Amino acid sequence: MIDILIKNLPIIVVLCPLMMSLFVVLIPNIFFSWALTTLSTFLTFLFSILLYQEIQIHSHISYALGKWMPPIGIEYIIDKVAIIPIIIISGISFLATIFAYKIMPEEIEKKSISKVYSLWLLAIAGLLGLVTTGDAFNLFVFLEISSLASVALVAMGAHQDKQALVAAYNYLIIGAVGATLYVIGVGLLYGVTGTLNMADLTNRIADQNNNRALIAGFGFMIVGIMVKAAVFPLHIWLPRAYAYAPSAVSVLLAATATKASLYILARILFSIFENSENLINNTLLFVILPLSLSAMFAGTIMAIYEKDIKRLLAHSSIAQIGYITLAFAIGTKASIAAGFIHMFNHAIIKGGLFIAITSIGFYIKKRITINNLSGLGREMPITFFCFVLCSLSLAGLPLTAGFISKLYLIKASISSDGIWLAILILISSALSVVYLWKIIEVMWMREGKNIVKKENPAIYISLIIITFLNIYFGLDASLVVNGSFEAADKLIGDPK
Amino acid sequence: MISSTIGIWNYWIVFCLMMIGLFLVIGRKNFLKKIVGLAIFQTSVFLLYITFGKIKGGTPPILNDSIDTIYSNPLPHVLILTAIVVGVATTALGLSLVLRINSEYGSIEEDDVSAQDLVDYHDDIETGKNFDLKFKK
Repeated sequence: MIDILIKNLPIIVVLCPLMMSLFVVLIPNIFFSWALTTLSTFLTFLFSILLYQEIQIHSHISYALGKWMPPIGIEYIIDKVAIIPIIIISGISFLATIFAYKIMPEEIEKKSISKVYSLWLLAIAGLLGLVTTGDAFNLFVFLEISSLASVALVAMGAHQDKQALVAAYNYLIIGAVGATLYVIGVGLLYGVTGTLNMADLTNRIADQNNNRALIAGFGFMIVGIMVKAAVFPLHIWLPRAYAYAPSAVSVLLAATATKASLYILARILFSIFENSENLINNTLLFVILPLSLSAMFAGTIMAIYEKDIKRLLAHSSIAQIGYITLAFAIGTKASIAAGFIHMFNHAIIKGGLFIAITSIGFYIKKRITINNLSGLGREMPITFFCFVLCSLSLAGLPLTAGFISKLYLIKASISSDGIWLAILILISSALSVVYLWKIIEVMWMREGKNIVKKENPAIYISLIIITFLNIYFGLDASLVVNGSFEAADKLIGDPK
Repeated sequence: MISSTIGIWNYWIVFCLMMIGLFLVIGRKNFLKKIVGLAIFQTSVFLLYITFGKIKGGTPPILNDSIDTIYSNPLPHVLILTAIVVGVATTALGLSLVLRINSEYGSIEEDDVSAQDLVDYHDDIETGKNFDLKFKK
């Protein structure tokens, strides 16, 4: 029994939320639909932990879906790279589901709660499928499952604010164009190589040196995925979608959605096209590097001038995505490892910040702007304390998780491109303190209006867990760092 | 030269449809027309895949006894079957969002909607006039 479970883990991780979403929609009761969602996200998390242990033994699991052998059939690949986003997505979605219990019925009509939880599980299943699949076209299907479900989730925010509808609409249109561009790329690749399996693609691309259709296909794929990952000039959909979504949805999307796409970006750059070095090096140097640098500064500056706090955090996400793509752009083993470290750390940092901010919205019952926050730090000490710790982590102070990722990023950039990249990273981090301090100052220094009587434990339990993770991975980062270096090792084999 | 240009007319049609669709998505201010553009854009990709699958003189991929039969590649058709389903889901979701936008804003023109949004945003952020934003009591 356990044997069968272990053998089929790669598909069970995806199927668990996917199948449960069908049952959740049938339960009208708010509590029970939430309980079933929590159970299934917990099981998913448990399975991904089991998968992590399996990976430590086998280091590469290839699962043939329906016993159709790859490259003909669809293959699911779990290796040391894929396990990082799997752990991030399943872990954060579990925490976000706990957080959703109290706050979801406040913001969404009671009768549609179970449908929302069903969509919630669908989005998680789509994201998990995205990172487990080893088939380029299957990836597109999961990309669309996750993005259609998240669009519908964002649109549920319309119960509070009608702008959620426009945000969801823009997310849908831009996301669909991105996904279609990706499909064009896959089509061109298929036309040239005659295969859709990623491992097979890698081998066959090596024979097709400088085929123009191949380069065009690569361009289409990269641009399509960059839209989904919200890399700088293609980020337009992100701030609004995160700002107007229901609180719990903001937490889920901000912490997980772009991470899966960033993983796919790394996969395309360093795994599928690993044999066309010239193409990749040019792309990294002339496309990804300038875009990441502009993302770091544009995102931070937009965040400084923003007054709506959820939008502010979304703009800051764009800057943080810039750090991750910058790490990929440097292209050495150490820097790619730094990218994965920051991917993990940013998930727990941004998850914590969004939970803290949206739980303030739970008490003050209006849009969270900078003016509404005055004095709330004294009234909600626990939330405020966790918020400050997560902020410090975002800015990269020692003893927090953010410091570890900044440390490795700066080390990697100094050892490859000299000092100027490291200086730019430091300036951008210093600027991020500006917008964080703006919030902390208003919350702590100004007079309050005594709105909050007592903090609700159901709201802050997941915040405390996630803040603890921030501190823990700042003190002992060996788990994340080792995992990321193994992943980078797997992605680019040669020691650069 | 001319024969090779005309010989790939399928790709020309794909190219034209793709550009028409993308232009509609980017250039139009009407939410409904954008969705029409998106549907055309996706259809062009379907056509692209089907064209890849066709081999000159190829028959449908049904096994027969003769040895020298050329079969067309069936895989792109199957892939496109999936992509069509995704496209239908996207269009349906988009249309339902347009319906909701129309009932909330009374318009589906991007300019009207963003003008209303701007007023709301200003009221929220600068003056704090919109006090309770339909939050549940």
